[in-house]
Amino acid sequence: MTNRHIFARAAVIAALLLVRSTSADVLPDDRADVFYSKYSGGGMDITGYSATARAKITENFAVEANYFIDKVSGASIDVLSQASQIKDERKQKSGTIEYLHDKTTYTASYTSSVERDYISDTASISLSQDMFGDLTTVTLGFSDTHNTVGENNGTANDPNVAWIGHALSRAYSGGVSQIVTKNFIAGVNLQVITDAGYLANPYRSIRYLDPTNPKGYSLGNQVYPDTHTSTAVQVQGKYYLPYRAAVTAIYRYYTDTWGVVGNTYELDYTHPIKNRWIFEGRVRYYKQSAASFYSDLFPFADSQNFVARDQNLAALDNTTVGAKVTYAFLPDGWKFFKRGTVTFDASRIRFNYLDFRNIKDYGVPQYTPGTEPLYSFNANVFQVFVSVYF
Amino acid sequence: MLSTRVLLKRCAMAAIVVASTAFAAGGDASGPAPSFTLTTLAGQPSGLSAYKGQVVMVNFWATWCGPCQQEMPLLDQMYKKYKPAGFTLIGVNVDKEAPPVKQLLERKPVSFPVLLDPANQVSKAYHVDEMPSSVIIDRKGQIRYIHRGYKPGDENDYQDRIRQLIRE
Amino acid sequence: MRCRQMLLSGTVLGAMLVSSGCSIQPWVKPYERDRLADPIMAWDRDAISSAYLDHIRESREGSRGATGGAGGGCGCN
Repeated sequence: MTNRHIFARAAVIAALLLVRSTSADVLPDDRADVFYSKYSGGGMDITGYSATARAKITENFAVEANYFIDKVSGASIDVLSQASQIKDERKQKSGTIEYLHDKTTYTASYTSSVERDYISDTASISLSQDMFGDLTTVTLGFSDTHNTVGENNGTANDPNVAWIGHALSRAYSGGVSQIVTKNFIAGVNLQVITDAGYLANPYRSIRYLDPTNPKGYSLGNQVYPDTHTSTAVQVQGKYYLPYRAAVTAIYRYYTDTWGVVGNTYELDYTHPIKNRWIFEGRVRYYKQSAASFYSDLFPFADSQNFVARDQNLAALDNTTVGAKVTYAFLPDGWKFFKRGTVTFDASRIRFNYLDFRNIKDYGVPQYTPGTEPLYSFNANVFQVFVSVYF
Repeated sequence: MLSTRVLLKRCAMAAIVVASTAFAAGGDASGPAPSFTLTTLAGQPSGLSAYKGQVVMVNFWATWCGPCQQEMPLLDQMYKKYKPAGFTLIGVNVDKEAPPVKQLLERKPVSFPVLLDPANQVSKAYHVDEMPSSVIIDRKGQIRYIHRGYKPGDENDYQDRIRQLIRE
Repeated sequence: MRCRQMLLSGTVLGAMLVSSGCSIQPWVKPYERDRLADPIMAWDRDAISSAYLDHIRESREGSRGATGGAGGGCGCN
């Protein structure tokens, strides 16, 4: 598993997001999107290509299909023992069906993600109900994920994958969205996720103080608990500004049985110009505390039952600034197209680790273990996509 | 603490109850149709009283309402078909501003009269609780039928009601 | 386990309240939803883009879940 194994796991959960936001009055318009994305940061370059299409079969029944390819190359901070570059490809397919009956929308979807050393399958269902004069929408969802985790003991160009474990994940979600005034809509979401099985990233190692080693430390295997339960609550509000613009505020609180507590704050501003342009700016700040069994440097081998040095479990914060521009090249449609748009979205994220140190050897004098500089890096994320509605 | 399985079962049952709460698309209604005077796009005053003695369908619509746009061409066809028999369709538009309405009707014109209700007074008087809504009024000025929402195929329902009232 | 039980109880209670309370009169009338129907008031105009950004975040952070939104819009039927 490359360190974007976590990408695969996250992507499958993120695929649920494709299922999330239907309001139960009419099914959304038919639409097709072609999508390109580029992430570069922390030594990694990831290019993504995707195509999505949705269509109503009848007024009450719609289907959607999505295909996504991620290509990764690079060597990230945590590839310690292997100096070789990572090169891998992940393919994800998903299919969704939606059924609308009166004020209820039922959705079911299936997503499958495959890469050389990681396979993930998710099935999910959700129900969305409009009530109280269509001012309130209640959504409930459930998803079930099965992951098969492997480890590539060969190289990028000559792989040798050993399958080492399985992980199961179940997510339970509920959300309420409420129209408060003609200008203001608010919502709250709750999601509880439980995982069991092999939950660690096999490519990451811990380190512990070892005077017998010239570096001053030795590497060891991570040992993770075989269960994990997390709870996240998000509150959000969107307000229409009188000159035709929208401002969104989002706050999410996250806590889990591994001791990680995360707070996310986001503010978005959307500004359209007539029927042609939509400009959007966003700012996001995220801060988390480390997992209870995480340490950058353990005092000796086998010092605890559970040990981790995965940077995702470190104490960290990150700040994102992003901008998005949508241009309608077919604002009023043409023949059977109702509308056509092209969108550019760019974000810059600064990651700061508060207890994860940069121990990659750049040929500088050795630091005493535990005094290496704390790791931080910038990432650029770029997306461009063309959407047609019909 | 109840077992998860019991809770899940109860949750599913409750969800089914909630989901099956039917919401009738249309229903018979009664009472005199409130009279009103609004302006056309051209600025001319017009109202229900202009169509006394005819079967009238008052259709409440907006430029931002998808199903409203869907049914407009069908309403237009229906209007042309039954007009000779003493039927009129009035499109009451509820947009807050006139320019988008003008733009839409320039691109997709209709032949039935369109009146503007930006202050939503007529919508309130007719207790509009769904978009779109169509209120069918008989020759005597009594409300006979209210149809809420629009799904393809509803135009058959409209036509049945209109034919029935024309024959009275 | 407790969190899950609480979520389910909340759901059951919520669903029961809702099935008995459907007769509340809406204070934002259907003909007053022009602003809410504006595409800029959608929680998520481009699901594929938001899903991708969430995917980037979840791969680099220890948090996951509860993102997204439903509802709003024109409320037309």
